[in-house]
Amino acid sequence: MLTLETLTAHNITKEEYERILKLMGREPTFVELGVFSVMWSEHCSYKSSRVHLKRLPTHGERVIVPPGENAGVVDVGDGWCAAFKVESHNHPSFIEPFQGAATGVGGILRDIFTMGARPVAAMNSIRFGRLDDKEHARRNRRLLSGVVGGIAHYGNAFGVATVGGETVFDAAYNFNPLVNAFALGLVREDGIFFGKATGLGNPVLYVGAKTGRDGIHGATMASAEFDDAALEKRPTVQVGDPFLEKLLLEACLEAMRSGGIAGIQDMGAAGLTSSSCEMAARAGTGLDLDLDLVPQRETGMTAYEMMLSESQERMLIVAHKGREREIIDIFRKWDLDAVVVGTVTDTERLAVRHKGELQADIPVTYLTDEAPVYQRPLKARTIEKEEQTDASTHDNHARHLLNYASLESNEEQIEVSSSPDYAQALLRLIASPNIASKRWVYRQYDYMVRTNTVVLPGADAAVVRIKETRRALAMCLDGNGRRCAVNPREGAKHLVAEAARNVVCVGATPIAITNCLNFASPERPEVMWDFSETIDGMAEACRMFDTPVISGNVSFYNETDGRGIPPTPVIGMVGLIEDVRRVIQPGFKAANDFIAVLGRQSPHDDARVSEYAAFIEGKMIDDMKRAGVLPPCDLEGELRVQKACLALSEASVILSAHDIADGGFAVALAECCFSSHNRTRTGATIELTGTDAARSMRVTLFGEAGGRIIVSFADAERERFTEIIAGANCPYDIIGRTTDDDTLNITIDAETISLDLAALETAWRTGLDEQLSQPSTLLSN
Amino acid sequence: MKFGVVIFPGSNCDHDAYHVISKHVGQPVDFVWHRETDLSSFDAIVIPGGFSYGDYLRAGALASHSPVMRAVKDFAANGGYVLGICNGFQILCEAGLLPGALVRNENLHFICDHIHVRVETTETPFTANLAARQILHLPIAHAEGNYVCDEATFAELTRDERIIFRYCDHEGTTNPAANPNGSHNSIAGICNEARNVLGLMPHPERACEDLLGSSDGSPIFRSLTSTLAAKAAR
Repeated sequence: MLTLETLTAHNITKEEYERILKLMGREPTFVELGVFSVMWSEHCSYKSSRVHLKRLPTHGERVIVPPGENAGVVDVGDGWCAAFKVESHNHPSFIEPFQGAATGVGGILRDIFTMGARPVAAMNSIRFGRLDDKEHARRNRRLLSGVVGGIAHYGNAFGVATVGGETVFDAAYNFNPLVNAFALGLVREDGIFFGKATGLGNPVLYVGAKTGRDGIHGATMASAEFDDAALEKRPTVQVGDPFLEKLLLEACLEAMRSGGIAGIQDMGAAGLTSSSCEMAARAGTGLDLDLDLVPQRETGMTAYEMMLSESQERMLIVAHKGREREIIDIFRKWDLDAVVVGTVTDTERLAVRHKGELQADIPVTYLTDEAPVYQRPLKARTIEKEEQTDASTHDNHARHLLNYASLESNEEQIEVSSSPDYAQALLRLIASPNIASKRWVYRQYDYMVRTNTVVLPGADAAVVRIKETRRALAMCLDGNGRRCAVNPREGAKHLVAEAARNVVCVGATPIAITNCLNFASPERPEVMWDFSETIDGMAEACRMFDTPVISGNVSFYNETDGRGIPPTPVIGMVGLIEDVRRVIQPGFKAANDFIAVLGRQSPHDDARVSEYAAFIEGKMIDDMKRAGVLPPCDLEGELRVQKACLALSEASVILSAHDIADGGFAVALAECCFSSHNRTRTGATIELTGTDAARSMRVTLFGEAGGRIIVSFADAERERFTEIIAGANCPYDIIGRTTDDDTLNITIDAETISLDLAALETAWRTGLDEQLSQPSTLLSN
Repeated sequence: MKFGVVIFPGSNCDHDAYHVISKHVGQPVDFVWHRETDLSSFDAIVIPGGFSYGDYLRAGALASHSPVMRAVKDFAANGGYVLGICNGFQILCEAGLLPGALVRNENLHFICDHIHVRVETTETPFTANLAARQILHLPIAHAEGNYVCDEATFAELTRDERIIFRYCDHEGTTNPAANPNGSHNSIAGICNEARNVLGLMPHPERACEDLLGSSDGSPIFRSLTSTLAAKAAR
């Protein structure tokens, strides 16, 4: 008899249980309840997000496989396709950072090679509380080094190049660090595999690691908020074995080449349960499984435990009848288990036997299509200073205008009260761990293995060539919880725009995105409103840049003791470069080149939602939310800037391109000057006139409004530059020259700030290390 | 001349070595499975980087006992050329083909970077086309690259000029700041007594194209092919 406690332990509501009873027409067995609980969990069913996700554009000329499979696939030319996806592993990484992050990488890699693609690049977006937090610095540091160590441990041994990502620190993530892992693989168009259990009577093979009791209810764990008892959930985190995964990769690819495989699916969240249900559901078939045949690591495992185990490095394969021996031999060659554990049926039911008894017998659609879908209530967040809350929120713009008006006067006050030394401010800001070089992080990742990495970590986007062709792929992984907290819709647009700009800066045309939507509890109407707004903003921007969403993941319940994270969508943007020799990088190339900015700073930019506001002015995200406005994202203007930049790089007119983002113009400019791989430092002298100069120095230097790219070009190219940019109808300003005198001089009106570049670069290079090496004895916790 | 690239379970630079030898060095090359025992068709064997057997027990420890390594020992004893890169260097040390051992990096982290090494001698088949004291810009990617050996071994390596590469700065000076992993005496690569077996931590196969940031690894492979060509001509 099922008690209320049992249901609560399974995270199933009374209403959901009643729905199960109605569907089944009887009480479910304990195994069936377990199966329902994971398949109907937020993590697997997307029950709160599904109604919103439908609004995202998912199709386009290049899309070969839209969302719904293990990873999305796009055509990248010459018969090649790229499979990619980003996925969260936030909850496990908080509980056990090293293994949590490691298995996050393992899971996303399996999603890629399940499609038949060999993973060639990985990226990670990771967020923590601040390293100098008064209360939580020690834990935040431990989380950072654990997560980075875990990513390195798994990716390096597996042999995938970890080429980029982002590392962000903000107090808002003190209790809920975010770990989002991205992977991309390459596959020939005719070599794509699907997670479909097709072919009546086809054998179902279990391959890879043995099943243990680890990770039982991991998906359910990731579908609830944390409290004090979170660490007691450590046993729900699995232990990853990258060596085994590497063998699994090689064996799977070899088995796929043999032609004996009809369908293949990895066992990720909810293990055997979700892999078998999803494969049957996609094919409209049923599966008979005999759990006695499942390779087991421990003795005495029950059917319940086997169905819910999340042991890593396992796959489910449907082989063509009669080819199973061949498949098993390939896995043997790689020292892996491969066992027939069931058959494909036409019952459209998942039937699970153990010790001769039928333990579960559920129509597959009950677990997938019939899973609950919630249209959760939305409530527009009230932003202080506002006259009224616009519940429909579809008219943000008017509200913005109101707020801009009210802010104009405030800006003066900031200027007067602090009147800071901007040169000193830049020197400090550039050492902020959010802006400083992330070498401490990426130096622990093998970013070169497989010898395809053309643009190393540290640029706007990483570039990975496709060896067999002249083509290359650019990719970046970006989030901005700060902007999305202030205005989720505009923030999401900015995010897509910035990600597109990043790949444009290395010379790539944006082609598609994957998204990881990190939010707090969907049961709070304010959070669902943020979510809904984010989707609409993202959808609008993706349509503008023609970058459909081909895969993704939603992570709700990033919340501890009632405190949630700010809305933090993260985007993996992939761009295509037709000729790898046209790749450009952010750094200035030589002295005496022209420096220009494509695009102009939004007149609405007030630098209030910026790293400057956070790091120099000490503003928290909540303060920024109260200040209330984010410059609206001008998508059309942005597109013009990006097209101009691409035209200039395709014509080989510009020598460098770097987007203005975190830290604003001053930081971007300094980064262009710094030395990088095979390149020495370059000086720069800038004079700003016209509209820019009319603004306050603070906003001009540190405002983070998008739509701007710093480029450089040689004297001889000035005419072609002007010609191309006129054709692109893109506003621009030639703002100065590169120099060889190792200083950065910026003059705005009559005021000049001048910085020694050597000191500035040192501050940037050591900012993160310095903060990590500050004695933790000074810190509590 | 024919190259063989050994594949152990967990090797992950095998394809990179294969790619460089076939595409850039332009020589015939085959993969060699770890259960293989006959290497008679090869002139040179590359033991690539990666995490053979997951680096379980110790990096290279399990691979050193695999069937192919018994064959590699015979191959080397008969004068065949063996190049061990990164995990390959670790395997050669574990197998006793090279002296000393590679322990955890001094900073305890995996390190991926571009570093400089100085060519200490051209008196090997792997450095014949290089200049003594030439500086190469090569990638490293390892967690256990910190070379250690006892004093007697070090004296022997020094006396016989068997230290082939040392970590240095861009001007060629060895110093602690330019030594990424804490290796004894900045050692980045050594050879055996007969000078036909070389082990090094940097990855020359990752530095054979300007597109990837350096071509300084190329001359190591080219030295080997010209040595083999000269040998064949004799």
